[in-house]
This record gives sequence, structure tokens and C-alpha cells, in this order.
Amino acid sequence: MKVALTVNGTAFERDVEPRMLLAYFLREELGLTGTHVGCDTSSCGCCVVLFDGERAVKSCTMFAVMADGHEITTVEGLAQGGKLHPLQQAFWDCHGLQCGFCTPGMMLTSVAFLKKNPHPSEGEIREALSGNLCRCTGYQNIVKAVQQAAGELAAEPVAEPVAVS
Amino acid sequence: MFPARFDYLRASSTDEAVAALAQHGGEARILAGGQSLIPAMRFRLARPSVLIDINAIDDLRYLRETGGSLLIGAGTRDAALETSELVTSGYRMIADVSVLVADPVVRQSGTVVGSICHSDPAGDWGVAALAGRAQIVVRGPAGTRTLSADDFLVDSFTTALAENEMALEVQFPRPSEHTSGAFAKLERKVGDFATASAAVQLTLDTSGAIAEAGVAIGAVGAKALRVSEAEQLLRGAKPSKDVIRAAADAARKEADPGSDTRGSAEFKKEMAGVLVARALVSALERLGVGGMA
Ligand SMILES: Cc1cc2nc3c(=O)[nH]c(=O)nc-3n(C[C@H](O)[C@H](O)[C@H](O)COP(=O)(O)OP(=O)(O)OC[C@H]3O[C@@H](n4cnc5c(N)ncnc54)[C@H](O)[C@@H]3O)c2cc1C
Ligand code: FES
Ligand code: FES
Repeated sequence: MKVALTVNGTAFERDVEPRMLLAYFLREELGLTGTHVGCDTSSCGCCVVLFDGERAVKSCTMFAVMADGHEITTVEGLAQGGKLHPLQQAFWDCHGLQCGFCTPGMMLTSVAFLKKNPHPSEGEIREALSGNLCRCTGYQNIVKAVQQAAGELAAEPVAEPVAVS
Repeated sequence: MFPARFDYLRASSTDEAVAALAQHGGEARILAGGQSLIPAMRFRLARPSVLIDINAIDDLRYLRETGGSLLIGAGTRDAALETSELVTSGYRMIADVSVLVADPVVRQSGTVVGSICHSDPAGDWGVAALAGRAQIVVRGPAGTRTLSADDFLVDSFTTALAENEMALEVQFPRPSEHTSGAFAKLERKVGDFATASAAVQLTLDTSGAIAEAGVAIGAVGAKALRVSEAEQLLRGAKPSKDVIRAAADAARKEADPGSDTRGSAEFKKEMAGVLVARALVSALERLGVGGMA
């Protein structure tokens, strides 16, 4: 079945079986391996991508055909023009990652969250990330990173992560 | 594991979805948020050969109050409820559920109607639908019909939907000024299914006595269970610690859980009672009746 979608601003078209999951489509058909697969059962959040610029979705629990005609943002689409997205910079600055396996999902979940809640409290950040598991950091620095990025994003509106070409 | 092969149809209208169901009957399943169906297909617990995706039907994505009820369309995702002023101000029990069901990312996909159609005995929305006396509007080739949550939720993963029917919306009657409710859930960690859960809704009369009560428990039986005995005990009673204790005991009796990794049957039965008591205490607090804990 034909799937035509936009990923990180670039249009792609592929012929896939309807049962192809979006996470595998991104990784294996498009070679975008920044989207990680951990639990593979919609529980850990490390496969989260942004759907139509607003909804954080677990790509292990969505079929690629469901994204036909839609826009997906993965971690590879966050940096613009060689400059890290404020969330990426904040994860770097605050040591918000150790092994990095959970990081793409943490960041994409945060992108969707900060759009809806640009001035979150620490508690709201913790709640928003409660579907994303990290085995390394103990979360403290992830929360700090999101706080830093929130401040920056609110102070200086940056370009949308997806520049539709 | 990938699911077994299936054909994918994207419906652009309810008419189209219903026509596709009529054509494919028992082979087909509606695909809403996919947060229960896709995992079930991956574990081969479900094996539909046709999926009818309703995500593109914008007409089904609404959350509004009409005719004294909150109407939640089949396309409305859980996340829409937690940020809705209408829900957080007027429907306290539903607002409680909206931040306790699944996790924040799953809530951006999962739908309220999909959850009720799934009839997972550990699901949260079925419990709320019973306590809030919700109605489910379903549509098939012959037209629409409206069922009470009691009639709709038949058994574990089984509803009253015929093979050629889909659910269009769930309707929660608006709680009157002297009505409030609460939902209480015991979970091992954020985003987990309930070990046990309870939803209650109470209406007080002008004398301060309980005029109407809805009490339901989850994860402690084959499906979400109404605790009729607790409702009868509460109806007509003045709020008191004793009547709360009696209602909790009725819930313990009604609960018929199995033992699993979330706890022993005995523990879950006990928790069903504890959670009913807690939900009653907070519902009464919200009605201005304190000192019940
Ligand atoms: C990690 C995780 C944690 C979760 N935790 C909880 C929890 O704590 N509590 C809880 O209640 N749920 C929980 N869930 C389930 C989640 O809330 C589901 O999203 C929800 O139960 C189903 O909604 P859906 O829109 O995703 O339905 P789908 O998965 O798309 O469908 C579910 C079933 O309902 C049918 N269906 C859906 N819509 C219709 C319709 N309009 N008409 C007819 N049939 C329809 C489908 O055919 C399917 O059989 C969890 C899920 C995950 C992945
Ligand atoms: S891999 Fe998708 S949620 Fe864990
Ligand atoms: S940094 Fe290793 S899992 Fe989060």
C-alpha cells in the first residue's frame, strides 16, 4: 500500500504493508534510526515522534499507513541549519542524558508539551514526561533541561522544527 | 512482533465507516487511537483482517454540552478532556479520570469511546460511564440506537455492539448543582492499568441527604461493575462515616477479582472497598460535606 508522508520537512513515498509500524518505517524504510524502539509495546516512550506538529505519539503503536498524508517530526528534524534545537542544547547543557536511548522520545514529548504549556512548573514537566522511561539519569537533569528549554523557547520564539520545503 | 496481515481502509465519513463495516462484518474492526487494538494485534489477541481507520473523520472529534449532557465524539482523544474548562469545572469525576487514564502520551492518541468499546475490565472509562450513568450512541445500517453503559458493557472485551455497528459518541448527563463525583485508582506506577479503581457520583437533596448515587468499581471482575447494593445503601441516607463504610463493604462483596502480578484477589477486593470509600469522601468534600474521612 502506498504511503506518502512528510518527515522532517521532506516528502517521502513508499510502498509498505499496512501492518508496518511507524517506528520501523522510519528506521528501516527511511534510515532515520534516531527514533528508538525500547519496549515495543507502547509503554516506555522512547519511540515518540511528533504527529502534525502537535501530537506526541508512540510510533511503535501506530501503523505507517495511519500517517499517510501527515507530517512527522523525529529527533533528526529538531536541529535547524546546523543549530541545535533549544531542547537539544538544554539536554546537552544540563546533562539530561547518559546512554541517550530515551532522549529522542523525551525531547519530542517535550516539544509537544511546551507548545501547549510554554510556562510549565516542575511538577507539570514531571507529569508530562511520566509516560517516558529513563533507566540512567534519575530524571532530575531531564526535568532541568526541559525547564531551561521552556525558558528559552518562551523568551525567543524559534522557527518551527519542521520547515516544510 | 508485527500483527498478522490486514487490509487498511481510511473512512472519511461515518457513512463510509458504517458501509465498510456492513461490507466486511465480523472480519473488520474500527481503528480509533489504536492504543489498545494495536498492542492486541501485535500479541495476536486480535486478528482482524480489515481495519477501518476513523481518525480522519473530523465530524467525530467534538466535546460539547448539548441537551443537558456532555457529548464526547468517537474521535475525541483523552487529552482533549484534561484541558477542557467544561470538563474540569462541571464534571469532576470525569476530570479525575482524564488525568489518571494511561499516560500523557497515550492520552494524546487514545479515545474515550474507543476505551469503552474495548471493555477492558481494568479500563477506567467503563467505570466512569457506569457511575455517571452514561449512554452510548451507536450506529449501524438500520440507523442509530442509544444504550446505557450497563447494557453496552457486556463482558471482558465484549460490548453490545453488533458486527456492523460502530459507536458514535458517549453522553454523560450533566451533574446538577448538588451533584459531584470522584474517581480513585490504585496503580503500581504512572500510566499503569488499575490494580483496582472506583468511580462515584452523588446528588444531595435540599435536606443534605443523598438523593441519588452511582457507584462502580474496576479491575475487580470480568468487566466494570456497578455496585447496586452500595447505591441502595446511600440513596436516602444522610452522609456519614457509617454509610460510607457500609458502601465500601458492599463493594468488597461485589468485587470478584483474580490474582495476578498486580496483587492477590484478596488484596484487590480489599482495595475495591478502600477506593469506594475514598471516592465517596472526596465527592462529599466537593459537595461541601467535610469530616467524612
Ligand atoms: C501504556 C498504556 C497504558 C494504558 N493505561 C490505561 C489505563 O490506565 N486505563 C485505561 O482505561 N486504559 C489504559 N490504556 C488503554 C488506552 O486508554 C486506550 O487508548 C483505550 O483503551 C482505547 O482507546 P483507543 O482509541 O486507542 O481505541 P483502539 O485501540 O483504536 O480500539 C479499541 C477497541 O475498540 C474498538 N473501537 C474503537 N473505537 C470504536 C468505535 N467508535 N466504534 C466501535 N468500536 C470501536 C476497536 O475496534 C477495538 O476493538 C493504556 C494503553 C497503553 C498503551
Ligand atoms: S518502544 Fe514505543 S513506547 Fe516503548
Ligand atoms: S539516558 Fe539512558 S535511558 Fe535515559
